[in-house]
Amino acid sequence: MNETASQVRHEYAVEMLEITKKFPGVLANDRVTIRIKNGEIHAIVGENGAGKSTLMNQLYGLYHPDSGEIKIFGEKKTFVGPRDAIKAGIGMVHQHFMLVNTLTATENVVLGNEPVKGLNFDLKHSRQVVKELSERYGLYIDIDAKIEDMPVGMQQRVEIIKTLYRGAQIIILDEPTAVLTPQEVEELFVIMRNLQKDGKTILFISHKLNEVMEISEKITVMRGGKVTAELITKDTNEREIARAMVGRDVVLKLDKAPHKPKDVVFEVKDLQVRDNRRLEVVNGVSLTVRRGEVVGIAGVAGNGQTEFIEAITGLRKVERGHIIFQGKDVTSAHPRLLREMGMTHIAEDRFKYALIKPFPAYYNVLLGRHYKPPFAKGAFLDHKEIKRYTAELMEEFDVRPRIIEHLGGNFSGGNQQKLVVGREIKANPKFMVVAQPTRGLDVGAIEFIHRQVLRMREQDVGILLISMELEEIFSLSDRILVMYEGKIMGEVRPEETTIEEVGLMMAGKKLEEIRGGKL
Amino acid sequence: MIVLLAILSVFINPEFYKIALTVATPLMFASLGGVFSETTGVVNIALEGIILMGSFTSVVFTYLTGNVWFGVLMAVVSGIILALLHAWGSIKWSGNQIVLGTAITLLAQGLTGFLMEPIFGQPGQTDFVGKIDEITIPGLVEIPFIGQVLGEISPFVYIAFGCVAFGWWLIYKTKLGLRMRAVGENPEAADTLGINVYAIRYFGVIMSGVFASLAGAYLSVGEIGQFKELMSGGRGFIGLAAMIVGNWNPVGAMLASLFFGFFGAFSNQLQSLQEIQVAANVKSLFDTIPFILTIVVVAGVVGRSRGPAADGVPYEKHD
Ligand SMILES: Nc1ncnc2c1ncn2[C@@H]1O[C@H](COP(=O)(O)OP(=O)(O)O)[C@@H](O)[C@H]1O
Ligand SMILES: [Mg+2]
Repeated sequence: MNETASQVRHEYAVEMLEITKKFPGVLANDRVTIRIKNGEIHAIVGENGAGKSTLMNQLYGLYHPDSGEIKIFGEKKTFVGPRDAIKAGIGMVHQHFMLVNTLTATENVVLGNEPVKGLNFDLKHSRQVVKELSERYGLYIDIDAKIEDMPVGMQQRVEIIKTLYRGAQIIILDEPTAVLTPQEVEELFVIMRNLQKDGKTILFISHKLNEVMEISEKITVMRGGKVTAELITKDTNEREIARAMVGRDVVLKLDKAPHKPKDVVFEVKDLQVRDNRRLEVVNGVSLTVRRGEVVGIAGVAGNGQTEFIEAITGLRKVERGHIIFQGKDVTSAHPRLLREMGMTHIAEDRFKYALIKPFPAYYNVLLGRHYKPPFAKGAFLDHKEIKRYTAELMEEFDVRPRIIEHLGGNFSGGNQQKLVVGREIKANPKFMVVAQPTRGLDVGAIEFIHRQVLRMREQDVGILLISMELEEIFSLSDRILVMYEGKIMGEVRPEETTIEEVGLMMAGKKLEEIRGGKL
Repeated sequence: MIVLLAILSVFINPEFYKIALTVATPLMFASLGGVFSETTGVVNIALEGIILMGSFTSVVFTYLTGNVWFGVLMAVVSGIILALLHAWGSIKWSGNQIVLGTAITLLAQGLTGFLMEPIFGQPGQTDFVGKIDEITIPGLVEIPFIGQVLGEISPFVYIAFGCVAFGWWLIYKTKLGLRMRAVGENPEAADTLGINVYAIRYFGVIMSGVFASLAGAYLSVGEIGQFKELMSGGRGFIGLAAMIVGNWNPVGAMLASLFFGFFGAFSNQLQSLQEIQVAANVKSLFDTIPFILTIVVVAGVVGRSRGPAADGVPYEKHD
């Protein structure tokens, strides 16, 4: 490539100047300017919805700026599609991986740029090239495995190899650590440093401050579509970044009042559950939850949590084992019975389980109790009472806008979740299953929801919290269990353990193995 | 006992296997068409209509020109046109693929029915217009049994096997095939790699039109030399069933088609056995055997066979 010379000479690998991008109703990027030095690891941080992915998608040619200019190695570029961006030396690992699940690692890497031999796709040569790249950068993958059979960490490495295969000089990593265990994050950082040594420029998107502090040289902070700070990592600290991210001082840690748990309200014994492909994804899980206690289940996504939640809330058949709620065996009981008995559920995926987008708020808060008084009178709904109740709930849980006719899908994520949380709390539960309660929410909403969970704990509700966010698990739980491949790796108390220890369990090590002689 | 022996006699008769092959042939074309379309992520239930249109068009052009193979060629053209219509509606306009496919099938049924009078001067069915003869394969025909099955048979049977081999090679061995599979599974991922999702989908749907129209041409000029109203008789749908049973793989779909062909021939032979008295009013019950079988088999494999993840989901690019 004859471009190499100019790439070395030019100071900036990427310049995005005065970029503005509107979506219907949202100004996702508002005159954003960033400059990334050649060979630097540059972090872009911001809350969910700050516009980070939108900015990166424009750099990758997937979206087109409404106005503004993009320069790569000093040269002005207009990208019609990703193909142009790839040609200019840009590679992107998306927040949601862009992999074809049924194809192998090799096929995914070469897709769109396949070596051929005559009329045939040249698999042999492809395998060789992928193997070489994998070895050169220490990106260990199984080149013949299908994506769907790989752990996420390996999928991510396939994504990185994809960019290298296309000769990327500038690599965008959009929230790469969200799906990794703490140890995998460290491995990723090693890889990033290797790439940097090889002269690559890296844009690292994250909202985790400790990671940004560790790996980057410069930090651009975004909020509400605008750049709010440009910082040099060694001259700043987490507090300063957080303030630029949120626009105010934030409580980085909630304090949890000591609280004495009461009797056991919920118990699972040796539970086994299969997924839709009939694989045993929950395999012998046992646990207890007491009233007034938060039990947290940590783990990387896809280790059986979803099926476990479905099984204990009556949404999925139990293969083996027992679920005992308030002393009664409720294995495979109908969800309605569980609700009648006082179990409520903040579901991990709002849109799949908890909310009906085209329904107004006043129907959404009704779900699950729609069939009985005071909301139903015989076969009819009492709309007057329903609306009164909705207004009350929206006031109490600070749902905005306070319009009871507003459609479920039109609230922002945080307000949708408040609506759901309000509904599940106001049903007066004795036991709550709280799954991923703050996924995709901003700091303000997270704080609010965490306070609600702790308030329930103080009212002696038993709470089972399932989350992929370790910080959330640590700040809310009284006891932490770690789930890996459908099994519990160990139980620890947050004050007696470390992130590293929990991280190792998330990667499949048993607590006894970790503590070894120490126990 | 006599009945059992009679049934056994069906199986040792080479004629039975030849019939099975001829019953399977249109299903092989149709299911291969389904595989091409759905591999790229477009559900095409217009196959039924495309088959019917193929039967009709080949008869019309054979009637007009006297050249049977020209009739077949024009059938393929008609298949491409209908497939383009389906592709345009479902890819360009993100239309509901089931509704579109149904509409195109109804259009083909209406159009072929309507054009009978003006072209042939009679409704219902045409006269004999010409037929593609069976080919005799020297050498093969001499071999006992196998020769009686394969030695003298419609060339469409061989074309069908050839198309399956071609389809398998294209989908699993070429870069176009790799892209087709990628687009049907995760069009967004393909898009981020600069693959033209729309072009690949157009290709898949058009190829489904080509294969389905060959099924149609076989039914008319390949087998009986005339057109009968609604003569496609649900083969488009059974073809789709064979595609599902065959797990969206050309060879699997072929095997499933052969299986359906086998049972089709069996019910057909059963009716003509002297030992089994088939009253006229029960006869139509026998004709439902392939459909009942389809339901049973498809219900049996659902869950185990898995189609492309983005099958039937329109891809809309953001900008
Ligand atoms: N394709 C889209 N259509 C409409 N709105 C979008 C689209 N993509 C992003 N947005 C909106 O733009 C804003 C910024 O989103 P995004 O760039 O994904 O944020 P981040 O990556 O920082 O979390 C959000 O309000 C989001 O809802
Ligand atoms: Mg994002």
